[in-house]
Amino acid sequence: MTINEKQDEIIEEFDLFDDQLDKTQYIIDLGKKLPPMPEQYQTDDNLIRGCQSKVWLHSEMQGTNVHFEADSEPTAQISKGLVSLLIRILSDEKPEAVASADLYFIDRIGLSSLVTSRRAGGLASMIQQMKQFATQQAAKNQTAAQSTL
Amino acid sequence: MEIAPHEILDIEAIRRDFPILDQVVNGRQLVYFDNAATTQKPLPVLKALAGYYEGYNANIHRGIHALAEKATSAFELSRRAIQQFLNAAHVEEIIFTYGTTDGINLVAQTYGRRFLNTGDEIIITTMEHHSNIVPWQMLCEEKGCVLKVIPIDDNGDLILEEYEKLLSERTKFVSVVHVSNAMGIINPVKTIIEKAHAVGAKVLIDGAQASSHIDIDVQDLDTDFYVFSAHKLYGPTGMGALYGKRDVLDSMPPWRGGGEMIKEVTFEKTTYNDLPYKFEAGTPNIADVIATYTALEYINNLGKKNLAAYEHSLLEYATEALKDIEGLRIIGQGAEKISVVSFVIDGIHHQDTGVILDQQGIAVRTGHHCTQPLMRRFNITGTTRASFAVYNTKEEIDRLVQGLHRVRKMML
Ligand SMILES: Cc1ncc(COP(=O)(O)O)c(C=O)c1O
Repeated sequence: MTINEKQDEIIEEFDLFDDQLDKTQYIIDLGKKLPPMPEQYQTDDNLIRGCQSKVWLHSEMQGTNVHFEADSEPTAQISKGLVSLLIRILSDEKPEAVASADLYFIDRIGLSSLVTSRRAGGLASMIQQMKQFATQQAAKNQTAAQSTL
Repeated sequence: MEIAPHEILDIEAIRRDFPILDQVVNGRQLVYFDNAATTQKPLPVLKALAGYYEGYNANIHRGIHALAEKATSAFELSRRAIQQFLNAAHVEEIIFTYGTTDGINLVAQTYGRRFLNTGDEIIITTMEHHSNIVPWQMLCEEKGCVLKVIPIDDNGDLILEEYEKLLSERTKFVSVVHVSNAMGIINPVKTIIEKAHAVGAKVLIDGAQASSHIDIDVQDLDTDFYVFSAHKLYGPTGMGALYGKRDVLDSMPPWRGGGEMIKEVTFEKTTYNDLPYKFEAGTPNIADVIATYTALEYINNLGKKNLAAYEHSLLEYATEALKDIEGLRIIGQGAEKISVVSFVIDGIHHQDTGVILDQQGIAVRTGHHCTQPLMRRFNITGTTRASFAVYNTKEEIDRLVQGLHRVRKMML
């Protein structure tokens, strides 16, 4: 599935709910399903800045794809749910696709206030860091492609 | 039958003075419980603001025309109202500021820089707002003073025996919050001031939270400085006052230089104006100063004792009602409190609590409340805080309790 197909799928899932509270409940339930992050990745270096709660992001290349793992402190369940959505959409994709992704799902699931505001756990900084990693990797790919020409 | 003090006020009528309360947020009637951050403003205050701009906007103290005179007298009337509000001995002891933070910085930058030196000690408490920590740290850094902190017990009360141990002839300044914004606890400031004076130290009391809830008498307290913000007492933002004893203020150098604070300027030497103008450089916040008069009048008309009694009944009701929430623990269970309940719930992040309450139309504050050292003392990263004002009701507290049940149900 492409990044946009995954976003469309998520939008459809959220369309099932009218009420903000039900949407939030869904996010919390998604968070509960996020596999726990290996402890060695829960380092200060991996902490996302600008969150009221602790959220970690680990980025690496797996083959030609970027791979992300993330987690939040156990009590911050909304952050964890939001993070799980980002992982679902952006992890295991080509760096170029992640770097240029237009994350329109945020507006479309009807929770933009929750996603964008500072109180909701710095999701914006999380996206920024994911894209930054992808951009660096994409640049490396380009340099490599040029040197083989 | 006599009416109990907390039943004297007609809360429904009061609510009509605050049209902002009558709105739907996220599909539900708004419940505004973030009053410790800022209170809403009643219609008379809004009218006073508009009335100034519509009717007599003019710069003060300078013009000789009619509008300037009208604005100047309204402006100075507000100073008198604040003098009465604090029971200050002299009107020139009231300096207009931008708020509590501004007042504390003024004192640190003038009194502090002039009179404190290397090795001198400044005492604050564990529960201070950052605005009563950072200005003193900045001063310490510049002048080599030492910051000392009065600890608190597990209820959140100051440990006065420890305060006494900190006091010595090295103590030059004590700066203490009257009422904790994060817990609502009322500190025994009169005793604190007395003991500070016994070693010759000056005292500043941060009245940001106290001013709208308890009667303040700076002469009875015998405090050297008292600061507060108008926006926390039904007045406008960007406006506050510093009270200082006249002789102390007189001994201090001015802070900001500019118009209004001078007597005569030549390139060789400038002489400074008298109190209070020495500390009011530039065109002040005229509209908000004038509207503050109306805010104080509003409070006085309701009667501060009635306000306090009613708010206390809300506090008691909330404290009892919140016992219904499993795993909820109130931070700050001191004996004397204003109408603030700050709490944590086992297994639930305060941020999630705040988001889900907001989705139910309930506005609370979550986080560290600008009191990070206090949060560290309790080994938490933040709390959820509900703070009540005169227009709040028991029905609204019931909504909070229902809202918290919903939070627990969603999370656990
Ligand atoms: C106890 C206390 N001190 C100081 C302040 C700072 O007040 P202001 O932001 O109005 O300057 C506040 C406001 O939150 C407060 O609650």
